[in-house]
Amino acid sequence: MDFQVVVLAGGASKELSPLVSNEVPKALLPVANRPVLSYVLDLLESSNLKDLIIVVEGSDAALRVGGWISSAYHDRLRVQVAQVPEDVGTAGALRLVANRLTASDILVVSGDLISDVPPGAVAAIHRRHDAVVTSLLCTSPISGPSETGSSGGKDKMKKQGRYNIIGLDPTRQFLLLAAAGTDVEKDIRVQRSILRAVGQMEIRADLMDAHLYAFKRNVLQEVLDKKDTFQSIRQDVLPYLVKSQLRSEISANGAPLSKDGLNENMASQNGQAWLSQQRIGAPSCFHEAYASVPNGSTAEPGRIHKCCAYIASKDKYCARLNSIQAYCDINRDVIGEASHLSGYSFSAQNNIILPSAQLGSKTTVGPQCMLDEGSHLGDKCSVKRSVIGRHCRIGSNVKIVNSIVMNHVTIEDGCLVQGSIICSNVYLQERVVLKDCQVGAGFVVTSGSEYKAESLSKKEKSPSH
Amino acid sequence: MTQRKGGGGSRVSDAVSAEDMARVPLQAVLLADSFAQKFRPITLERPKVLLPLVNVPMINYALAWLESAGVEEVFVFCCAHAKQVIDYLEKSQWLSQPSFSVTTIESHDCISAGDALREIYDRSVIRGDFILMSGDTVSNMSLTQALQEHRDRRKKDVLAVMTMVIKQSTPNSLTHHTRLGEDELLMAIDPETKQLLYYEDKSDDSKGILTLDKSLLVDSTAIRMHNDKQDCYIDICSPEVLSLFKDNFDYQHLRRHFVKGLLVDDVMGYKIFTHEIQSTYAARVDNFRSYDTISKDIIQRWTYPFVPDIQFFGNCPIVKLERQGLYRAPEIIQSHSTRIHPFSLVGNATIIGNNSTILNSVIGHGCSIGHNVSIKGCFIWDNVTIEDDCKLDYAIVCDGAYIKAGAVLEAGVILSFKVLVGQQVVVPAYSKVSLLPQPTKQDSDEELEYADGSSGIMENQPIASMIGVDDEDHTFDISDAQFCGISEVGSSGAGHIWSSCEGGLEEEWKQSIAPIPVNKLMEFSLRLHADTELFNQADSIPQTSGEKHPDSESADSDEDDEVKDFEKEVEATFLRAVDEVPGVDKDNIILEVNSLRLSYNLSFAECAGALYHSMVQLALRRPHSNNSELLNNMDNVIRQWKGLLKHYLHSVDEEIEVILKFEEICQESAREFSSLFSLVLNKLYENDVITEDAIISWATEKGGADESDKIFVKQSEPFIQWLKEAEEEDSDEE
Repeated sequence: MDFQVVVLAGGASKELSPLVSNEVPKALLPVANRPVLSYVLDLLESSNLKDLIIVVEGSDAALRVGGWISSAYHDRLRVQVAQVPEDVGTAGALRLVANRLTASDILVVSGDLISDVPPGAVAAIHRRHDAVVTSLLCTSPISGPSETGSSGGKDKMKKQGRYNIIGLDPTRQFLLLAAAGTDVEKDIRVQRSILRAVGQMEIRADLMDAHLYAFKRNVLQEVLDKKDTFQSIRQDVLPYLVKSQLRSEISANGAPLSKDGLNENMASQNGQAWLSQQRIGAPSCFHEAYASVPNGSTAEPGRIHKCCAYIASKDKYCARLNSIQAYCDINRDVIGEASHLSGYSFSAQNNIILPSAQLGSKTTVGPQCMLDEGSHLGDKCSVKRSVIGRHCRIGSNVKIVNSIVMNHVTIEDGCLVQGSIICSNVYLQERVVLKDCQVGAGFVVTSGSEYKAESLSKKEKSPSH
Repeated sequence: MTQRKGGGGSRVSDAVSAEDMARVPLQAVLLADSFAQKFRPITLERPKVLLPLVNVPMINYALAWLESAGVEEVFVFCCAHAKQVIDYLEKSQWLSQPSFSVTTIESHDCISAGDALREIYDRSVIRGDFILMSGDTVSNMSLTQALQEHRDRRKKDVLAVMTMVIKQSTPNSLTHHTRLGEDELLMAIDPETKQLLYYEDKSDDSKGILTLDKSLLVDSTAIRMHNDKQDCYIDICSPEVLSLFKDNFDYQHLRRHFVKGLLVDDVMGYKIFTHEIQSTYAARVDNFRSYDTISKDIIQRWTYPFVPDIQFFGNCPIVKLERQGLYRAPEIIQSHSTRIHPFSLVGNATIIGNNSTILNSVIGHGCSIGHNVSIKGCFIWDNVTIEDDCKLDYAIVCDGAYIKAGAVLEAGVILSFKVLVGQQVVVPAYSKVSLLPQPTKQDSDEELEYADGSSGIMENQPIASMIGVDDEDHTFDISDAQFCGISEVGSSGAGHIWSSCEGGLEEEWKQSIAPIPVNKLMEFSLRLHADTELFNQADSIPQTSGEKHPDSESADSDEDDEVKDFEKEVEATFLRAVDEVPGVDKDNIILEVNSLRLSYNLSFAECAGALYHSMVQLALRRPHSNNSELLNNMDNVIRQWKGLLKHYLHSVDEEIEVILKFEEICQESAREFSSLFSLVLNKLYENDVITEDAIISWATEKGGADESDKIFVKQSEPFIQWLKEAEEEDSDEE
């Protein structure tokens, strides 16, 4: 397939603080003990999309991501790692790598996508309709926020009140409306001309933009070039293309359909012929009907482009790791309901305990848990629905529920960890109680302390009560 | 089931209980008046429902359908030309059907469908769900399913008051927009429940963007926008609909006021649902174009069994269907050289001369058509005489008209009753010719015009025998300057050519009987799409994510303005109550304030704030010369009205709101109080309006504020201190 893939891997995202840092950029954040980026790369590889540009924000992050890729994928994928400054936005990042794009179609995917929707299917739809953009839409993730039980953080869920507002044609193939950014919270604005052309539009609020787009290269380059204020793909580029689909401003030869052919037809037609053509019936696609607007003196004949949507079926998993809450949910899903994504084989108890992990006596590891190599659990411990990374040392009488423990963590006797995320190299002294907390890398929690719904990290001094 | 929120006549609603519904016969309200004037000038002389549609007065289609659909009782509401309608019905057999009762209701002061329904409400004849339609509707749909859906919904939700019948329009957008000559219709429907969420029938072309309220997507995850449906103007209504019209006396138009009113009103929560018919027919004769379209649909038998060769009502004319959709009455005198093309209908006792051609036309009874006449796409009603060598294209010729030899009617001409067109005269396209002069008084309110026209200008003008008036110098009653017809319909003609109606020439082609010229169609098609450009111009620089949205600020200030408005209204209400009746009941004020609260959608806290504001204003208005008198006034006001204020103080939050409001007042509107702040606060406390909890938490809340914000806290410091100590003492005692 002549597709080039741009993976927007982000940098040290602030929303995920304290989990990410310069040492652990977002792309390398472990999900079930694998960097989150590996999920996207495996997914692309499975669709035989092997020509990649990975865009990373910040030089430190780029170095680390590049290092990891070259060790993990050097023989499997053709990868270039591009470094861009922080805060340029998704469109800005694309603009900076635009000159490296050569294939006729470009697949842009966010590096934090965890999904099993084949990108090849999206690419196929894109090609079939000769669309300028095709967007992957998912029904809301399997695990809603309600069933998680743990709140994870203070303000994460509030922002996600609604998903995107998406308008679709009756066949659900074409994208007719894409409300962006703050528009989502406002009243819905529908373009009459598009509604007239289609006749029927379905407006949905239950679809999530999965941040996987296929673009026509020359259209993408032209838009990025002309509209230099565009910062975000989702909030600027996509809505712009959707809005202007019936009055395309794209001049490049990427203007789809046999536009020239149509024009010649139009010019030679007199009114009667046009009328009879109108009466033949509905064309297969409203765009074509629209394009056959008479060649009047005032308006140019309709120049159009198509925006398509690929709606993933309900049984597919699709989530984006863009908040701490999402991080908890995704980890739980990957070793739970969506376990096929993790790439591990589960034991009869529905959990994963690598052979090199050691368990003390009377220690139980429940279903939907993962215990990675070299980790050691003391006696009478209990682990439920949690992920424990490599080479952790965990004492006796420790309870870990609904939590994620990364690598090289030391947990002393009698600790209780619930709904929390413990980053690498953290040291929990005896009888620490953590509920719904995030502990940044290398932090030391003194013995006997109790925290609830707090974010602990090295930079701040020990947070005051 | 009997629970009602609409208020008004309870007797009707009693009938709604589930058991009763089964017993109530199915009723229908047939509005025998369109409350519009699109069929002028014809409707000046005859009501629209009696105009022949394929040689059968329209009302018969509606009545026949209602009978076949299982309706048992019909109330025909007659308004304009009521006498003609009643006379017609009395002569027909409709009033003597065994299981189908037709009752006429006559009214002369109704000027809109809303008035008609209010009148029907007053007569309390409707006992259960009923069908509401106008007498110009043609349909053959089955009501069973729609009715069942409506009743099932009603059992679950009493607020589902109406089911509207809609139909998929033709797939081609151009045909869809021009077929019935109606305005574009935009609807939003919930795909699951079929609830109607948005309705817009007069779209404003200048706006390229349609804005839907975001709250529509709160309850459902998807809504479907339709531009491809047509409204059949057949509604299944619950009795509440009538009382809603009664309650909202300003509702006039069924769609523009009632449907929209219900959709925007989120307080009552009444719901409208839609029922889409798939393969059956329903359409309303709204204008000349739909008259033409529906006539052709009838001839092409889409409306079966209501087609010309079936006697679907009592004294239906007998017509036989011949090959290729040609209908002919038995007694036609026709020359051998006459050519009648398919999809035409010729009525009884009509005489057609040599070499005449009739194409796609409907010709009534007793017409006389000369030689070499060409009739194309016309509707010739009864007893029309057309002399030799005439050429008629796409015209409506009403009863008794006389077209002299060699005359030409261009496309879209309407000849009203007994008009006389002189020899060799060419009547220009889209002319409307009538013996009656065009009413000069143009009322701006469209709803009222019909009434004006029918009452002001010679209704039921005695039908002067015009057949004989064909002498050269005939004199007409009105032969003054206003009578401009002579030159226009020929020296021997009689009739006024009306200037184009309110739609203007622009729209003439759209609603005319004549087919739309190709260039107009192209223009129209272009115009439909043109607004994209407007949109793009206005919006060519989309807001980038980085920019601050200017809207967000203005929205905030809007909200502020609303609160201010609300305050003003509450104050006005309060002061009015105080002024008018000295011992006014606080319940009345509460009632009024509550309704204000609902209409502004505000919280109790804001009510409390606004009321307190009003009380301060009252104290200020009472005469005072110094601060102590002012304090005294305030004390009195608080004593008198504390009950009212307390009604809104449900929790500490609202009490704090009152204190904050007081602070604001002291700083802004009534600085006189600023020195009295702590004293008034003390009074509020003494009168149990504000609790110590509220005062203390207010003080703590203010603890972190700017110095300038803390003036009043400081001023009240001793009082607060005292409160705290008192509290401690209390707890000590315990």
